Amino acid sequence: MNKNCLLCGVGGQGVVLASRLIAYAAMEKGYFARTAETIGMAQRGGSVVSHVRIGERIYSPQVPVGSADVILAFEAGEAVRCLPWLKKDGLVIADRRIVKPVTASLGGGNYSAEEMTGYLKKHADRLILVDGDAICREAGSSKVLNVALLGAAAQSGALGITPEEMLDAVRKNVKEKYIALNEKALMLGRKAGGM
Amino acid sequence: MSSKKILVMGNEAIALGAIRAGVRMAAGYPGTPSTEILEAIAKHNDGRIHVEWSVNEKAAMEVGAGAAYAGARTLVTMKQVGLNVASDPLMSLAYIGVKGGMVIVSADDPGPISSQTEQDTRTFGVFSKLPVFDPSSPEEACEMIGEAFEFSEKYQTPVLFRPTTRVCHACASIELPEAMQISEPEGFVKDTMRWVIFPRTSYLNHIRIEKRNAKLSETLSEYKRNFILEGDKKKGIVTGGISYAYTREVLPEGTPLLKISTPHPFPEELAVRFLKDLDEVLVLEELDPMIERQLLQIAGRRHLPVNIYGKLTGHTKNAGENSTESVRADIERFLNPAENAVSDELAADAPASDDIPELPVRPPVLCAGCPHRASFYAVKKAMKGKKAVFSGDIGCYTLGNAKPLDMVDTCLCMGAGVTIAQGLHAIEPDAVNFAFIGDSTFFASGITGVVNAVYNGNDIVLVVLDNSTTAMTGHQPHPGTGKTIMGDVAAKISIPAILRGIGVERIYECDPLNLNEAVNAVREAAQGSGVRAVIFRSPCIAVSRSEKCCEVKQETCRKCKVCIRELGCPAIVTEGDSVKIDATLCCGCGICASVCPFDAIGEVNCHE
Ligand code: SF4
Ligand code: SF4
Repeated sequence: MNKNCLLCGVGGQGVVLASRLIAYAAMEKGYFARTAETIGMAQRGGSVVSHVRIGERIYSPQVPVGSADVILAFEAGEAVRCLPWLKKDGLVIADRRIVKPVTASLGGGNYSAEEMTGYLKKHADRLILVDGDAICREAGSSKVLNVALLGAAAQSGALGITPEEMLDAVRKNVKEKYIALNEKALMLGRKAGGM
Repeated sequence: MSSKKILVMGNEAIALGAIRAGVRMAAGYPGTPSTEILEAIAKHNDGRIHVEWSVNEKAAMEVGAGAAYAGARTLVTMKQVGLNVASDPLMSLAYIGVKGGMVIVSADDPGPISSQTEQDTRTFGVFSKLPVFDPSSPEEACEMIGEAFEFSEKYQTPVLFRPTTRVCHACASIELPEAMQISEPEGFVKDTMRWVIFPRTSYLNHIRIEKRNAKLSETLSEYKRNFILEGDKKKGIVTGGISYAYTREVLPEGTPLLKISTPHPFPEELAVRFLKDLDEVLVLEELDPMIERQLLQIAGRRHLPVNIYGKLTGHTKNAGENSTESVRADIERFLNPAENAVSDELAADAPASDDIPELPVRPPVLCAGCPHRASFYAVKKAMKGKKAVFSGDIGCYTLGNAKPLDMVDTCLCMGAGVTIAQGLHAIEPDAVNFAFIGDSTFFASGITGVVNAVYNGNDIVLVVLDNSTTAMTGHQPHPGTGKTIMGDVAAKISIPAILRGIGVERIYECDPLNLNEAVNAVREAAQGSGVRAVIFRSPCIAVSRSEKCCEVKQETCRKCKVCIRELGCPAIVTEGDSVKIDATLCCGCGICASVCPFDAIGEVNCHE
């Protein structure tokens, strides 16, 4: 099994943890994994991208353009930005919300969620739009979007990791007191992913 | 130890490799992308390793040198620009040598992604005449650092170890190597001829080093990480570092490849073996054309009829990072020049997907509630309409240059703001010259500049942004925090006491979140001459997150957007026509409430 996954969002959304969880789950299955992460200045509200590569004979830590099996987007506009990485027939799972940068609030351009999701619908071969707002409200925390997206990805089967394996990775890697919360988020994500 | 693989970040892999090689001293200064190496040493320290965040890279290099003189295996870590700071001890240490193995990790940052320069540590290796190891993946780095220690100890010389950002911050499944059996350090053995640097001994050492490096070039031709992948084509590729990984992704069948893991001393015999049957060679590397230059020299010296292409010939780009895509394009153009000339033209004509919506740029910004925003705003307000120049420095607060704050007029290197302000003022004495500096940077290299100002009677307003941490690199402790990297309690060095000791008489200390008080302090400090200091003290919000939160009262808000225009806090957003505060981001710092002309912002309890 060779799988490439790109995770994208805005600094502070928990992108790095999500990429580690995918790699962890893959390694539990005996696969070799690589990830590449954005660390440093961009974490202060910049665009962040994590790459996860699973399988044999992979050298580069970054997913080559046009070869991502899955793009997990924590923000709709970032999904648009990363679309060139998607391979033909690849799957995009994206939160339908956008995060407005200060520059947009200061007056430049009209950045709209509808326009972003519209573009995704037109150009992604397979698309799952997730209502992150509703999921976070139902789970009772704004910090669980990452695990919810993992739930959707696992449910879709596109990563080669089952929902049970993902759940196991979450249990083994998040702090004890957040396990129940994250289990719930994973379940909500699975529903969004078509369970 | 189980043989189970674990997912390890490149920097942690380097740390684990060093621990397995028996490192007993580890010193460094934080700097992206190198920071996590020392943190990982601290995390895995069994108590036998002396680990420290030194006050700067020069101090780290010298502390390390001392330990290596005493026979201990020593690791020193920094980012590439840190090596500039440490270059004084480095250059001399190259002549003196060491007893215990000493590996100096200097992480390069092609792009640059988080740095001021695209300098190349490999070139520093040539300049200092030191061996350089250049890993191309986390798993290779983990093993290579052990080999670097053995090599250093065998030849009694410090060695440079040069990962780049994409190796440092990549993770890979790694099986940890077995721990090496290392004897206890012998301790320092007095020997003036060896440990005291004199012109005469340096002359002799210079002769010895040149001889040694010639010998090492032969030895390194046999080093297993310098190798040839055979092929049947007449065109070959030479590469090293992360570019090797990109190349392996796309290397066409049958193309010979030479991987260089020790760019200095260059494995000449191996290179000759590779070059002698080839007509053309493409070099794929980042930063300086280091390998390319070495190959050109060798081809010239050995009269090899081979054309060498790379940065110097315009076949690859000479700035920025490589990627799998750039390497693929470079190789295609190299192997099929004619075909690609056509397809390049076609590509230029092909219509791009033109319905792609405009995407917002996302420059990094100060966090919501960052006290630096309040400090900058206070100074801006106090100096409104007056002639003032704001010199900045290296840290999160460099981000104060972004609109709407626009409060950083110069930024050069660590500590330079304090001294640049003095030079600016000498030529333009009617301006008030501010120098912003963070607490960690103040200790690392700001103090000298203040001494310089007091001694020479230079006029500046020094603004110390004290948030009790080294925030930009991920919140490391420093001499003012009262804590060490191991979490132990340490002496807390007081910045105002230092300033008083230097002879700064006018020192104003206040909380920047108290806007009125802060503005008044700046107004007073702006008057008069000599060094005046304002110390803004408020903890980094990313470390001590407050539970408070503010809200825009929609019925009072007149949508003037003054808060947005003045502050640029990422928690304040527009929703259609109205202004709102994103409760998940807001820290209730209250600065926007002080700015709002209609009193429409107030504190609420929103983190139940
Ligand atoms: S109180 Fe205002 S300025 Fe401070 S973090 Fe919240 S929204 Fe930003
Ligand atoms: S990490 Fe701390 S110092 Fe840096 S921008 Fe955020 S609040 Fe400010």
